Amino acid sequence: MANWLKSPASETQVTHGQRLWLYVFAGIVMVLLVLPTLVVIPMSFSDSQYLEFPPETWSLRWYRHYFGSDEWMLATVTSVKTAVLTMLVATPIGVLAAYALHASKLPYVRAAFVMLITPMMVPVVLIAVGAFYAYVKLQILYTITGLVLAHTLLAIPLVVIVTGSALKGYDMNQENAARSLGAPRWRAFLTITLPQIRFAVVTSMVLSFLASFDEVVIAMFISGGDNPTLTRNMFNALRDQIDPTIAAISTLMILVTTLMMVLASLFGRGKS
Amino acid sequence: MAAADMNAAGLRRDERAERWRLFGLSSPALLLVLVILVIPVGWLFYVSFIGADGNFSLENYERMVARKSYSRIFVTTFQVSILTTGLCILIGYPLAYFMSQLPVKWANLCLITVLLPFWTSLLVRTYAWLVLLQKQGLVNQWAISLGLWDEPLKFVHNMTGTLIGMVHIMLPFLILPVYGAMRAIDGDYLKAASNLGASPRRAFWTVFFPLSTPGLFAGSLMVFVLCLGFFVTPAVLGGGRVIMVSMKIVSNIELFVNWGAASALGVVLLLMTAVILWIASRFLKLEQMTGGGH
Repeated sequence: MANWLKSPASETQVTHGQRLWLYVFAGIVMVLLVLPTLVVIPMSFSDSQYLEFPPETWSLRWYRHYFGSDEWMLATVTSVKTAVLTMLVATPIGVLAAYALHASKLPYVRAAFVMLITPMMVPVVLIAVGAFYAYVKLQILYTITGLVLAHTLLAIPLVVIVTGSALKGYDMNQENAARSLGAPRWRAFLTITLPQIRFAVVTSMVLSFLASFDEVVIAMFISGGDNPTLTRNMFNALRDQIDPTIAAISTLMILVTTLMMVLASLFGRGKS
Repeated sequence: MAAADMNAAGLRRDERAERWRLFGLSSPALLLVLVILVIPVGWLFYVSFIGADGNFSLENYERMVARKSYSRIFVTTFQVSILTTGLCILIGYPLAYFMSQLPVKWANLCLITVLLPFWTSLLVRTYAWLVLLQKQGLVNQWAISLGLWDEPLKFVHNMTGTLIGMVHIMLPFLILPVYGAMRAIDGDYLKAASNLGASPRRAFWTVFFPLSTPGLFAGSLMVFVLCLGFFVTPAVLGGGRVIMVSMKIVSNIELFVNWGAASALGVVLLLMTAVILWIASRFLKLEQMTGGGH
């Protein structure tokens, strides 16, 4: 230990001992990044009205309450439907757009790229208010269609960026070779290019799903009636009181996110 | 000769047509952005110049300057954004530095602690802080049993809670670009500096730090811009005492159904964001700002 403290830690010959403060600081920050979220998990298994840590008696009371509530179930179904549909809509049109911008050498490509990533730059409140207004006119307020369109808007920049950077590392000559051998462009894309950027496509799908599933502000405005999202109901419940049911839902949401990320890293492993 | 020219012109025409056809593949995505984002926001812009009587007027903007309550909202928004960005730099930079000094394998493990909260729902994390920081929350319970303070301190429904939550949520946005920039620094520069007699401290401040600034700049701007338009965390942890621009926009519509006032605030918020991003784009490539490199 003493030797380690005196050994050099960097190119500039700082010893580990002189850097001890940095190690301690980094350790504390990393714990603070992860732990606060995880604390919710044991709390959700408490039997008490109040959130206790550690719980005095363990129970599934709040999970039973969640699964037994028509209101929460309706919201869950809306959220899952919206997220799956968003994933299925945003991924193809985003991949298509990324491919278009990569392959077409028109001078407008730059402007189109900027336009496609604006949803990431514009404050989300503004998108929400604008969509609310537009949906009243289009008569798709409080519908899954409306939610999917707005969430697809949010997901497009993610898909375009992830797929676009994968295409940058891909040699288009392979596709050209297939085409010179007689394959039409769409076939060359499907059989040669797509398999090689599949990791980026899987990542795009996961990101689109989560972008929709976790979205709060837009859902506050344009979901409701027969189609309220889970996040909308959670946000409203949070403003009123600290309901332990939210801890149970949060735990389930952490589970969903973790599963998605594990899936992504299993199938998304590769060059990207 | 003429035939060859015609042939070349034909090929050029074909190529241009091909480029347009390819470009056309981006039209579904572009159309969606146009219909759901550009047109409605353009309409908000228009509404912001319509007065209560239905004619062109600047009253929505005048109100912002004249009324104290509005100027207070802008001050709060900047206060929260600046403090959050500053705290993120103070906390995030050393952590990124720590990770950049580790072998890649270990650094990737540490990176998980940054990415895990990044992908956890914002609402869940905000809720977690609400539970931890409330009066009977864990933080107060533990601090009192350890004797750090006697009475439960008020951490939520005020500025402190808002800042804690915001910093926690924004940290990954700062750490990731900074870490990326630090990893790209060639260690030989530092060796050269020490070789020439620089103390470790001097080598850090004159060689390492300047080389990491593009990442720091990109990350800080990202955090600042995201803070300006933030809604969920200040709404929950601020408990109505910390009112930011985005929250006023929401209440103007939900409570007062005043589209003019909400739109004008929205336009100002959008302009502030656009100006900052424009300044950033002078110094950084767009891809850097969007984190496309990582």
